[in-house]
Amino acid sequence: MAISAKEILSGDVQAAARLMRDLDDEIPSAHRTLKTLYRHTGRATILGITGAPGAGKSTLVDCVTGHLRQEGKTVGIVAIDPTSPFSGGAILGDRIRMQKHALDEGVFIKSLATRGHLGGLSKSTIDIVNVMDAMGKDVVIIETVGVGQDEVEIVKVAHTNLVLVVPGMGDDIQAMKAGILEIADIFVVNKSDREGADRTKQELETMVGMNTYREGEWAPPVMAAVAQTGAGVPELLSEVERHWKFISREENLERYRREKARVELMEILKKRLLEKAVDDLSRDGVLDLLLQDIARKIRDPYSIAEQVVDHKFGFHLTEGARKGKGNRRR
Amino acid sequence: MKSVPAKKISRSRTTKGKRKVRVLVGKPGLDGHDRGAKIIARALRDAGKEVIYTGLHQTPEMIVNAAEQEDVDAIGLSILSGAHNYLFPKVVELLRKKKMGKVVVFGGGIIPENDIPGLRKKGVDRIFTPGATLSEIVEYVNKRIRPRA
Ligand SMILES: Nc1nc2c(ncn2[C@@H]2O[C@H](COP(=O)(O)OP(=O)(O)OP(=O)(O)O)[C@@H](O)[C@H]2O)c(=O)[nH]1
Ligand SMILES: [Mg+2]
Repeated sequence: MAISAKEILSGDVQAAARLMRDLDDEIPSAHRTLKTLYRHTGRATILGITGAPGAGKSTLVDCVTGHLRQEGKTVGIVAIDPTSPFSGGAILGDRIRMQKHALDEGVFIKSLATRGHLGGLSKSTIDIVNVMDAMGKDVVIIETVGVGQDEVEIVKVAHTNLVLVVPGMGDDIQAMKAGILEIADIFVVNKSDREGADRTKQELETMVGMNTYREGEWAPPVMAAVAQTGAGVPELLSEVERHWKFISREENLERYRREKARVELMEILKKRLLEKAVDDLSRDGVLDLLLQDIARKIRDPYSIAEQVVDHKFGFHLTEGARKGKGNRRR
Repeated sequence: MKSVPAKKISRSRTTKGKRKVRVLVGKPGLDGHDRGAKIIARALRDAGKEVIYTGLHQTPEMIVNAAEQEDVDAIGLSILSGAHNYLFPKVVELLRKKKMGKVVVFGGGIIPENDIPGLRKKGVDRIFTPGATLSEIVEYVNKRIRPRA
């Protein structure tokens, strides 16, 4: 049964959970509901947390959520774990570290699998964050899959991005440098109870220091924390607070909103255009024939893609593919 | 090699609008061994399910709340503590209270054969005793658990 926008706005937990799953499963009626909900979004503050696998992201989410709850804020959490490319299944284990909030009605946790999507998020993440926003959650926290070089998608979705680094990564920081500087609004050296934390902090500070920041630009601070005990987290949160103030300045907020709007539209377009192209091509088994031709080097994928995009795809392409079918394997 | 692109595309074509089975695997009770639960979680992942693994020391209330937010089709519980006669029926009862009676509850652990009929009567769908093989459990989930409509 389709979920209505009204059910979500009234705070119905089961309806929200179902709508989120429908969005994840790409059920068309869910997207219709989201159209109505969309104008109720934009109130939540979105916090992104990323960092290598095992860096302590979930533990930090748990800790931060505790603080936010004490301030009386409601929290939505979207935690993403990888889908196994072999089976299509996934183990979503981020909840293990978030047990404290399992009975708190002010906290809604959704675990998602990447389902083949790259960039640290699932395809549905933006949609699901929007639902939590519309539900009235004050803060939505996104925990990404362990960060890689190009997992920058989160940047555009969240107001504030925390990048977790753990001590003893040494040269890794050097290697991560390129992508990571742009992602982080705040660096967190987590597991600062471990040896080498000071050095890691210094290295990061040096890295940030090599950049020049203009007047009115945000220079990411480097904070030390022990997510497991909560040490350093209040200080971290006051930096988050400071960044929220920074981004709330009219000119910054405007830029953020426009960037987010761009990502939303582009992601949806990508999804829809691809779906449409694949659907069209799949008719009458044309796609399989074309793929066969490409595999046999009878055709090239560049020309085919061009024809599809230019809407020139049609009879002659099909004919070619049919003829190609008879050709001998090279 | 040649079939790779074809496979990829046809897969992305079929995932759209197709539900994936979601199963919560948890370990309620006070004992601290979650090896069994972890092995099951992994086996179900390898069978293509999305497994929400909630870890140790869960109360029935916590499990059912998580199941609600995660919109799962089934709950698999591993219970070694001897409290199965309390924990299993409690989870079923809480699900029914929340009008989530369609969520299938199954489980395993050190459970005497004699207790099984009583648990089944109280709404536990299936109990696996220590002799059960992983493939038996996977086969059960494959056959019995469907995405809720
Ligand atoms: N020593 C120490 N251990 C920590 C700290 N924070 C987290 N851990 C431990 O690090 C391990 C991984 O923590 P998680 O919070 O699951 O890490 P994660 O980044 O969410 O991991 P994935 O989601 O699997 O990528 C756990 O055993 C935590 O208890 C810390 O500040 N100090
Ligand atoms: Mg995690």
